Amino acid sequence: MHVLRPLFVFLAFVGIVLMARFLYVPADFGIHERGYMYGWHRKSNEEEWKQVRVKYQGMEYCSGCHPDKNKALRESPHRIIQCENCHGPAIEHPSEPLKLSIDRSRELCLRCHTYLPYPTSNRSNIKGIDPERHNPGIECFMCHNPHKPGPGR
Amino acid sequence: MTRREFLKNTLRLTGALAMAGSAIEILKPDSVFSARPSDVRWVFLVDTYKCVGCGMCVRACKLENEVPYDANVTRTWVERYVLTKDGRLLADSPKGARDGFISPRIDLGMGEYREIRPEEIEKAFFVPKLCNQCENPPCVQVCPVGATYQASDGVVLVDRKWCIGCGYCIMACPYGVRFFHPVYKVAEKCNFCYHRINKGLKPACVLACPFDARRIGNIKDPDDPVTKVITKERVSVLKDEYGTKPQVYYIGLSKEVR
Repeated sequence: MHVLRPLFVFLAFVGIVLMARFLYVPADFGIHERGYMYGWHRKSNEEEWKQVRVKYQGMEYCSGCHPDKNKALRESPHRIIQCENCHGPAIEHPSEPLKLSIDRSRELCLRCHTYLPYPTSNRSNIKGIDPERHNPGIECFMCHNPHKPGPGR
Repeated sequence: MTRREFLKNTLRLTGALAMAGSAIEILKPDSVFSARPSDVRWVFLVDTYKCVGCGMCVRACKLENEVPYDANVTRTWVERYVLTKDGRLLADSPKGARDGFISPRIDLGMGEYREIRPEEIEKAFFVPKLCNQCENPPCVQVCPVGATYQASDGVVLVDRKWCIGCGYCIMACPYGVRFFHPVYKVAEKCNFCYHRINKGLKPACVLACPFDARRIGNIKDPDDPVTKVITKERVSVLKDEYGTKPQVYYIGLSKEVR
């Protein structure tokens, strides 16, 4: 009998491992659509990723309450820019957050309007300035209206 | 054994082995499961001619996906390439271009900068980068616990509850798109804004791009405008030689881009 003892210990060990696996691994963990090599996962995680909160709502959402602002901007050369690139993200505004922040910084404008002499990029087609020479230290909106861009007012 | 018997038996054995082999082939799980194809396969299209390096995509991505804004990690980034007439290649992506490129100086890192005079430049352009959602994702193959996987629509996702943070996938990605999430302490990557594309919205970077340099589409829909560009125009992918079958297509990619 004493010869068989290690065997019982081993079987008990296997049983414990199988039990732990049964309790720990979720029921939906397994091979899914993309097969064993790429699709071995917990299925419900796909749903968890789909539930992430949307923060950027897009300009149609904004124009629902601010049609005047939207119309003015859409008639300007800045029509291609989303409201939320300067005012956002909207998240669930107006309920949360109550007020949106406005980025009026010079650095925001310079993202496009620092002139870079790059012949094979669209960047050199944008009207730009040398930020070290063109009124350094002054915010752009002091002279220019971002909703109606053009030469200083 | 006669010569005739020997040949007969050899033929029988070969036939039997081939049959057994084909039976194993049929029962392979991935061939069984790939018989259920999805009607969506997300792909991305980047036009490097249109990109101006404003970095609005990077900003929007970080805010949409709650990647800590000031940590030097990002799901998408923009690289600047400047080639001089004397054959030098300079490339930078300060903070992943979160704040755009607002100076003609090239950031060499460690607080060093290089001035380039406009007349020295042969060509210069911007290249946005993001996860390629490869058809053969090496990051998924190396995951020891099944925490990263490919969904039926081709998007590679990370299960934050299941990831043990071993970092194999970060090492395996030839495009360097994966990083450790500083808050969740697990592997993190671009997932084409999975929560947005499944609600019919564009990814945050696509929405934020004013120049239409970034687009998303479904390659299985022949009427999708992005599909038409990919199938009918001249596009290329990054690091084709790795055999990963990346699904982010580029217009105007140059050989200097790595």
